[in-house]
Amino acid sequence: MIIEFGHFALVLAVLVAAFQTVVPAYGVYRNDARLMEFGRSAAISQFFLILISFVALMYAYIVSDFSVANVVENSHSTKPLIYRIAGVWGNHEGSMLLWVLIVALFGAAVALFGNNLPKTLQSHVLSVQGAIGLAFVLFIIFTSNPFERIDPAPFDGRGLNPILQDPALAFHPPFLYVGYVGFSMAFSFAIAALIEGRIDAAWARWVRPWTLAAWMFLTVGIAMGSWWAYYELGWGGWWFWDPVENASFMPWLAGTALLHSALVMEKREALKVWTILLAILTFSLSLMGAFLVRSGVLTSVHAFAVDPKRGVVILAIMFAFIGGALALFAMRAGELRQGGIFAPISREGGLVLNNILLTVACATVLVGTLYPLALEGMTGDKISVGAPFFNMTFVPLMLPLLLALPFGPFLAWKRGDLLGAAQRLSIAAVVAIVVIVATAAWVQRGPWLAPFAIGLGVFVMMGAVWEIAFRAKAGSVPWGEVVRRARNLPRSVWGTMLAHFGVGLAVIGIAATSAYRVETIVAMKPGDHVETAGYVLTFKESSKGHGPNYQEDIVTLEVTRDGKLVTMLTPSKRLYDAPPMPTTEAGILASWRGDLYAVVGDVQQAGGFAFRIYFNPLVRFIWIGAVIMFIGGGVSLSDRRLRVGAPVRSKRRRTVAA
Amino acid sequence: MISSGKAISGKVIGGGFWARLARRMLVVLVMAMVALAGPLWEAGPCHALSPDEQLKDAALEARARELSAELRCLVCQNQSIDDSDAPLAKDLRHLVRERLVAGDSNTEVMNFLVQRYGDFVLLKPPFGWHTWLLWLAPALLLIATIAFVVRAMWSQPGAAAASRSQLSKEEEERLAQVLKAAPDEVT
Repeated sequence: MIIEFGHFALVLAVLVAAFQTVVPAYGVYRNDARLMEFGRSAAISQFFLILISFVALMYAYIVSDFSVANVVENSHSTKPLIYRIAGVWGNHEGSMLLWVLIVALFGAAVALFGNNLPKTLQSHVLSVQGAIGLAFVLFIIFTSNPFERIDPAPFDGRGLNPILQDPALAFHPPFLYVGYVGFSMAFSFAIAALIEGRIDAAWARWVRPWTLAAWMFLTVGIAMGSWWAYYELGWGGWWFWDPVENASFMPWLAGTALLHSALVMEKREALKVWTILLAILTFSLSLMGAFLVRSGVLTSVHAFAVDPKRGVVILAIMFAFIGGALALFAMRAGELRQGGIFAPISREGGLVLNNILLTVACATVLVGTLYPLALEGMTGDKISVGAPFFNMTFVPLMLPLLLALPFGPFLAWKRGDLLGAAQRLSIAAVVAIVVIVATAAWVQRGPWLAPFAIGLGVFVMMGAVWEIAFRAKAGSVPWGEVVRRARNLPRSVWGTMLAHFGVGLAVIGIAATSAYRVETIVAMKPGDHVETAGYVLTFKESSKGHGPNYQEDIVTLEVTRDGKLVTMLTPSKRLYDAPPMPTTEAGILASWRGDLYAVVGDVQQAGGFAFRIYFNPLVRFIWIGAVIMFIGGGVSLSDRRLRVGAPVRSKRRRTVAA
Repeated sequence: MISSGKAISGKVIGGGFWARLARRMLVVLVMAMVALAGPLWEAGPCHALSPDEQLKDAALEARARELSAELRCLVCQNQSIDDSDAPLAKDLRHLVRERLVAGDSNTEVMNFLVQRYGDFVLLKPPFGWHTWLLWLAPALLLIATIAFVVRAMWSQPGAAAASRSQLSKEEEERLAQVLKAAPDEVT
């Protein structure tokens, strides 16, 4: 009954979404305030209807209702509660439902918090958001219905892929989707601006925080996915340039560019047309990500079950939205009134450079991801584009970006002083150079570029800290005054500082672990030991164990350093019951220096096991960096300035409704 | 950075240019979608190189690893043969080591594998008639974008208004003084 109720709510949501698409836009056309107002109610009702439907599906998972086909295929009664819940979005149908739920959530947010927006703009935005919701809810109902019943109901389900039964992965999709789908907000605003033929700073003031929120969640979502791949897949890597990873990375790159160009638009009313285009492209890349993952064009660890019919429908949706948006853009972009003029060396100029490099990097990833498909489609030739290609093309684009990054905040709007900025950054630069020389002298191996990349990371971090110090006049006024000034700096300045600091930290982690990773592959019997990266690992014993839904071989490794016991690592090999599938659990000793990472391989003919042991220096910096970026985004969101113009709403401090 | 006296403004370029750009993007989009029409390869369960496969000779083994990182496990998704547990990947690892022991150079080993399996086996595609666009794309895109921005700066009618040259030497000095007096306002 609850299942049918959920299904019914979803069908109702189609109708509501259809009304939401048509009525407010018609209201603007007729200049009828009541019709425009209807859009708000529709958006809120649509959200609740989809929420009901989502909760109904979640209920089926929690109580293990095996009369629902979707639950049978993806759940199992012995699965722990958290993974039964996560199972809702661990499959194609359920994750689509989560997708539309978030579309509707953002629509409802515009309806609830967007009353300070011009009424026509709000109505158009709701219309577009409604159209996106409509397309995807229809897609769910006609091609991927999660509420289908099965008769007779089987005794138990088939279970969730065990490598997906993991806390980080349980919450990876919701974060990722809030990010992906959050960009729909920027898209809807862009379309609305094009329809109206005008756009101003108020537009950016609204779009920027929502884009920032989406970006924050996408950042953490991607980081979680990479962290999971790192400790769960058991080969010690954290990024594979897998097409599906690229599909989430491209919106992130474009979204990062969008955040920066929207800043220029908000502050200086410049780059309007470009910001609109970027908003369209960012969400288009999100749609393309959905297509790549779900259509069966690509298969990978991340991809959902393949069904060509779905692929065609998503392709059609994607074509309609991207094509429609670009066509509208071609017609109307010329009519947008333009603003602020600036010199090449200025804050704006710096942000233009940021946009150039980020968009080209994004386009490079796009070309690398789609080229093999396009080539095969056109000539039948099969080629592979893997990590070596991306490292050779993407990295050179990032280096100048990182080098230029610290200069940006030191340049004034309109016309900046590059020499002055360079002087202010001189100490940061000196420290970075010292780090480069020290790294090169200390490690004496690995690629020559690595010390420079680490130095760049240090430069970015120092530059971020320096900006705060400079603004607080550290060194020229008494210490107490510095603290007072630093405290009084706008939150957005602190947010920028933290986000950039996080970028620098992540860069150091990426460079260090890519260049200086130590790998040892050995066969060991109990009693044997191996030495790596200053640690001695001794194979103590192996034993059998079992969890709620798996059996495992656990190996105990004693780790010593300079003769002193550091820890015991217990990597294991698991065999899950449902579905039957072997996995490996890595034993990881995390420290600031880096991670000691041990994986057990096959049983050897001569007795004992094969081991792969890695030392990944500074690898944690990557994820800590991402978390700091997330916090930076949050701090910036809490800035008072973002709420200026909405004094009535000041009691509701929720900028992120998610 | 660009050091011309001209300035960029929000009006990056006239509407006609944007319209053309958008139309071009539409064409590219259509082409990309046509090309995306077919499902491709199968994924394989993956797990890696084991100790018994390794060569005794450390130098040869290091070369084998170097080559392996650029060779694709043909039945997996974008994975090198080093990372893969598929039987085919294991065979390929063997094959690479066999050729190295037999005295082949790195290039000879790669050529041998390409002859057998085609370019598909290379994670880093070779530069050729069918991949020049792939390899040159980043540089071309960068040049095109920079050209676009520079053009936008030159074609800006009101650009001169914001440029430094509008002020006389005296005015410059006075401005500098004013700015020095109230540095807080600068940022």
